[in-house]
Amino acid sequence: MSWVPFFAQVTIHRRTATCETKNGFCPDWIINNFGDRYVDPLFRHLELVLVSVAIGFVVAFALGLLAHRRRWLVGPIVGVTGILYTIPSVAAFLLLIPITGFGLLTAVIALSAYTLLIIFRNVVTGLAATPDEARDAARGMGLTENQLLWRVEVPLALPEIFAGVRIATTTTVGLAALAFFAGAGGLGALIFSDLSFKSNVVVAGGLCILMAMVLDGLLLIAQRLSTPWVRAARA
Amino acid sequence: MIAAFDFGDAIDFIVNGRESVTGGLQVGGSQLLPQLWRHLELTGASVGIACLVAIPLALWLGHLRKGQFAVASIANVGRAVPSLALIGFAVAYIGLGFPNALLALTLLAIPPIFVNTYVGIASVEPEIVDAARGQGMTEPQVVHKVEMPLAVPLIFGGVRTSVVNVIATATIAPLIGVVTLGDAIVSPQVYGDAGQLGAAICVALLAIVAEVTLALLQRWATPKGLKLSSDRKRRSLFTSPRRVPVP
Repeated sequence: MSWVPFFAQVTIHRRTATCETKNGFCPDWIINNFGDRYVDPLFRHLELVLVSVAIGFVVAFALGLLAHRRRWLVGPIVGVTGILYTIPSVAAFLLLIPITGFGLLTAVIALSAYTLLIIFRNVVTGLAATPDEARDAARGMGLTENQLLWRVEVPLALPEIFAGVRIATTTTVGLAALAFFAGAGGLGALIFSDLSFKSNVVVAGGLCILMAMVLDGLLLIAQRLSTPWVRAARA
Repeated sequence: MIAAFDFGDAIDFIVNGRESVTGGLQVGGSQLLPQLWRHLELTGASVGIACLVAIPLALWLGHLRKGQFAVASIANVGRAVPSLALIGFAVAYIGLGFPNALLALTLLAIPPIFVNTYVGIASVEPEIVDAARGQGMTEPQVVHKVEMPLAVPLIFGGVRTSVVNVIATATIAPLIGVVTLGDAIVSPQVYGDAGQLGAAICVALLAIVAEVTLALLQRWATPKGLKLSSDRKRRSLFTSPRRVPVP
């Protein structure tokens, strides 16, 4: 009976004022209920996104390094992660429940699987785009293959890798809105709990959009800070 | 062992159907066909409208190589709005029903098609466009005979992304009053656990079938010259261009 906890996540709230009974957009209701209703799910949502993107990044980056040395791996890895990426998230959550149970674990597995394709592809493209001149110069300076990778190829690929992580992060914020199907809560559970109440949908949906934009902005700042030479070259 | 039992029960729901948990209603089995049809109808209509809106506009802007900022914004906003929030906004502000679901899903389908078409057209090398003009082609001819064929793989990639996204989101369309395959997913109290899992299997298969079909179609639609150059890079079915353009 997995639908019992499925609905237990949904809390019904009482409404009295006329604006609320009309399912309207009520600033007063939002101010009064924001702290109690939205803060915890907001942090749960953020937790889901950060954990999933972090795991996805570690796996995809490792696969990317592996495929950079062994090019024939690129096709199979893109094929497998591509199929994972194609499965609708709601279906993925439900398909995993019989195996990994109802809760955070299932949501994180599915969400990190979705980031793999995006990040992997960007890591591989970024590493492959290193100019041959830069490689030759590095070899000429006596760098070993490992030093070449970490001191030349990875730094030069950073903009592309960051771009992948940014896309993966905003996408995951959106997909995590459906993680309540896996029993992981988040802002989606709130949207689902009262779809016809404008105040609720606007606050919960708005927080998702805001989260995506803020995380994207922070990653952009991190990218600028970690690649100072890009700006220097432009100036 | 529990997992195997769950999946067996779900497949029984898909193949044979059963009485609903609430009683009195036949669910699953052949009852899934009208839901599948509704799912396809909603997906086809919204991606179709999105193509009609997005492709001409993106062709025009891409040909002029103008509006990069607008395109980047559409790409970002398109990714940042969660599909559930989009459905939620539609239910709260315009209400239930097929036309409203269609509107929400069309909005969801537009950004990938628009961005990919724009990038595909705008990234055609200027030398090629100049050569076409030098041969005396008019501007519409340049778009139609040169830029569009070269952009076909990317345009198709955008449509593919949209189809997969829309199939996924049409799964929660019962929330906005359209009974798609996702009905068992959002109403497990009627269909039961096996029904919910069975519907998840159907939706996953539908998305994979759609993706593979479109990948094959994309190969078929790609001009021969482009295919030759990409065959040299030994592209597999799944590595054919579906990259997400980065603004």
